[in-house]
Amino acid sequence: MPEGLATTHEGSHSALQHHFENMEQQREAGTLGMWVFLVTEIMFFGALFLAYTIYRYQYPAAFASASNHLDIRLGAINTAVLIVSSFTMAMAVYSTQVGKQRNTIICLILTMILGATFLGIKAVEYRDKYRDNLIPGQLIPGHPFKPAVARPGDTDEHKLHLVEGATVHNVELFYWIYFAMTGLHALHMIIGIGIMLVLTVMAWRGRFGPAYHAPVEISGLYWHFVDIVWIFLFPLLYLLGRHLEGHLG
Amino acid sequence: MSEHIVQPRVYITIFLALMLGTALTVMAAFRDFPGPLNVIVALTIAVVKATLVILYFMHVRYSPRLIWLVIGSALFWLAIMFALTISDYWTRTWLPPL
Repeated sequence: MPEGLATTHEGSHSALQHHFENMEQQREAGTLGMWVFLVTEIMFFGALFLAYTIYRYQYPAAFASASNHLDIRLGAINTAVLIVSSFTMAMAVYSTQVGKQRNTIICLILTMILGATFLGIKAVEYRDKYRDNLIPGQLIPGHPFKPAVARPGDTDEHKLHLVEGATVHNVELFYWIYFAMTGLHALHMIIGIGIMLVLTVMAWRGRFGPAYHAPVEISGLYWHFVDIVWIFLFPLLYLLGRHLEGHLG
Repeated sequence: MSEHIVQPRVYITIFLALMLGTALTVMAAFRDFPGPLNVIVALTIAVVKATLVILYFMHVRYSPRLIWLVIGSALFWLAIMFALTISDYWTRTWLPPL
């Protein structure tokens, strides 16, 4: 190749873009780019986690009351579903690295199914909140936030059991944060499933192999990041409400 | 730097550790620890799980220093955002209202 004319790569991989020296450099640049994007995502979700922290500090009783109304069982199942999906995603990356095309496709489809399962369970939870009139503000027109508050001794699970010192108004604040965070997380899952769909088609057409698997790898980074967000959301939203009472002292 | 292929054996180990962590955090939530210990236990387990995902599932352990720098700077700026905001809200009640 003549000096200064590095625009063609005779005999190199067809996926190599002209502005990269070789596949290795291209792959590392892609990985770095994905991480820079994930940094913006960390700051984006970080701000929401900060909002949660501040309001939980200010209204511990309301956060305990609201958190106790969430279904720990469904939340735990969804955590497990996401961890399994991260595992199948990791195996999809491995399968492309060693050139097992069939396994790649199987792993990608499994990841999509698990992602859809997560969203299905999430939808069941949202429906339960709708039934108990816990959708904050006027998010659904004509269906305002108006939960039935349980009186002392009432064990009806559909009613809101207020811890001493909690107000319905501050419980509504928790549900704003709950729907903002889980909703944005679910949106990321939907986008992730769309990316998996594209990858599956590309894998089906035999685009990936040991020499070229960067798209699978950096999509995997995105998928694992979404899993990490849930790893923090699950204990903060579902589990810690059970113990806020101890903080009031 | 050539690419490191993480073996399925490693992925399975990490997967089992993550499942164990999930079981532990649910079990811990049904126990009452003194003071703020419940929060500390839950967040410690979450941080360990997230670290395992980042290091192994996301291959950061085998990635160039540049990736470490990018992640480190993200966590640093996240810490600034949390520290400054929380120090504000936390200390507001220290002074009597004017």
